[in-house]
Amino acid sequence: MRTADVLRLVTRALLTARLRSFLTILGIAVGIAAVSLLTTLGAGLQLYVLDNFSQFGSRIVAVNPGKTQTGGIGGLLSSTRPLSLDDADSLRSLPFVERVVPVVQGSGAIEFGRRVRHTDIIGGNGEMAAAWRFGIAQGHFLPVISGNSQPLAVLGSRVKRELFGDAGALGRFIRVGGERYRVVGVMASKGQMLGFDLDDIVYIPIDRALSLFNRPGLMEIDITYRAGSSAQQVAERIRQRLIQRHGVEDFSLTTQDEMLSSLNRILSLLTVAVGALGGISLLVGAIGIVTIMVTTVQERTAEIGLLRALGATRRQILLLFLSEALLLALAGGLFGLLLMALLLGVLALAIPALPISLSPFYLLLALLLAAVVGLLAGVSPAWRAAGLNPVDALQQE
Amino acid sequence: MIRLVDLSKTYQLGDQPVKALDQVDLAIEAGEYLSVMGPSGSGKSTLLNMIGLLDTPDSGRYFLAGREMNALNEEARAAERNRRIGFVFQAYHLLERLSARENIELPLVLAGMAPAERRPMVDQIIKRLDLDSRASHLPRQLSGGQRQRVAIARAVIRKPALLLADEPTGNLDSHSGAEVIALLEELNNQGITLLVVTHDPAIGQRAARRLRMEDGRIIDDSGATQPPSADSRHAHR
Ligand SMILES: Nc1ncnc2c1ncn2[C@@H]1O[C@H](COP(=O)(O)OP(=O)(O)O)[C@@H](O)[C@H]1O
Ligand SMILES: [Mg+2]
Repeated sequence: MRTADVLRLVTRALLTARLRSFLTILGIAVGIAAVSLLTTLGAGLQLYVLDNFSQFGSRIVAVNPGKTQTGGIGGLLSSTRPLSLDDADSLRSLPFVERVVPVVQGSGAIEFGRRVRHTDIIGGNGEMAAAWRFGIAQGHFLPVISGNSQPLAVLGSRVKRELFGDAGALGRFIRVGGERYRVVGVMASKGQMLGFDLDDIVYIPIDRALSLFNRPGLMEIDITYRAGSSAQQVAERIRQRLIQRHGVEDFSLTTQDEMLSSLNRILSLLTVAVGALGGISLLVGAIGIVTIMVTTVQERTAEIGLLRALGATRRQILLLFLSEALLLALAGGLFGLLLMALLLGVLALAIPALPISLSPFYLLLALLLAAVVGLLAGVSPAWRAAGLNPVDALQQE
Repeated sequence: MIRLVDLSKTYQLGDQPVKALDQVDLAIEAGEYLSVMGPSGSGKSTLLNMIGLLDTPDSGRYFLAGREMNALNEEARAAERNRRIGFVFQAYHLLERLSARENIELPLVLAGMAPAERRPMVDQIIKRLDLDSRASHLPRQLSGGQRQRVAIARAVIRKPALLLADEPTGNLDSHSGAEVIALLEELNNQGITLLVVTHDPAIGQRAARRLRMEDGRIIDDSGATQPPSADSRHAHR
């Protein structure tokens, strides 16, 4: 039989039972839309998060005070010593280490004239912008620290805009937590990261931040290293050096590599999990196809007998009914993708920040999935149809 | 052309075995016109289905055009049906969603013939059976007689050697019934071998050769028009 004829006969049959075909197609469409929508959102989220994290560069190791690792006697007995600026400086001499950035974070009121803005305040040093790959729009970043720092501040682009508007900020004086600071630089806009506005930050020297927030030690030390060494090797050298100074391991190390890969794992798992959730509704759609095909074969038994009498082979009967299931599923798949596009459009309008990544590969995969579902759902009823005895089938009314 | 040797078929009705065909011997020459009569349940349809390769015998042998049919598998039998055998049923068995024309065309479609090749064949048969004005109608828009004419057109579109009609007038009034029989006889005159199962003695009498069945046996054979069937007639008396 010619493909065009198979297609014609099958579409005719589907169009004759319009409502029934439509409902079956709808069932598959909802399933395909659910699967593709959820995996698209999952994959988009994954890309978005990873993008956000890797913008800091991947050759970076973070040291935080306190041991996160559970268990072990050390955690119970030893008190945690704060990470000091001296600790940070001691890491500079390690091989491959490029930059060492001590970090303290807090928040407070920033005042300029009568304008006030509450923002995050980060204490750092002159290497911070380069280590974090933050660009400077005007002026320069904090000076490389040497003992008692001058009261100098660098503004995030948003803070600058809110406090100064279009007027120049360089050289003007602002108040940070009540103290007078001179603005020496304005950062280039960096946008949001996971809902955190990277432009709504004021940077001040680390020693001044420590006293401003009245903290005994650093919240984090970020170390970047040159190519040629692995994250593990650098982390191990840092560990040795700090244990040497503290006596115990009362700090924890995170390499960006490690963080990215575990983050990636978690997010992939999440994507698969939500995709599987959508798969349940696809399964329901598949059951719909099975039901409809079983009914169809029952209703059209006499027709099957007639076709056999006219010389249709079992293979042709199988082909006809399998094509019917396949066509239903493919129509459902196309309709489902349309549905997904619609929902994505609505979502994108409602939440513009939503990360969406549509790849044609996944759209094709969704159609392929629909086809596989159709074939699997159709194979048993079609097989039954092909196996019917023509004489018995003809007697069916 | 057709030779049945010692053909038997037993159906299981509940736990009761029913001999639908009981050691039937029959020889039919090309171009013959046979009627098959007999009480309901005597095996007429089974005989027709057996000859039409729709059913398989339990024992015995069946030769069609000199070839042993028992040896064929299901797919090969389907191909034989498509090429050599036309069926006409009491219930017409037209596909309701297809037009008369599309119904007639079905055997050609199943054979994989190209549309350009099919068109003139279908046109010709439609013209010949006087269905021009009805070609695009759906079966439900046709009268019983017209439906059966469409079914006959479908049965002979492949120019088969053998036409099997199982009570073709059973659902028709006497006028359309007579028209259908006239059409079948006309086809027989043009060379097709015709077997008609019927309850109507008037129709049965028209055939040159008349078979009578009872309990799965051919109990009467008015006589083959050709010598070989004379033997089979006596074998069962
Ligand atoms: N598929 C079947 N299953 C069981 N019994 C059948 C089947 N087909 C026919 N029979 C039985 O075989 C016998 C002959 O049937 P059939 O050839 O249809 O008779 P007829 O056409 O002469 O009325 C009947 O007793 C019928 O009940
Ligand atoms: Mg019968």
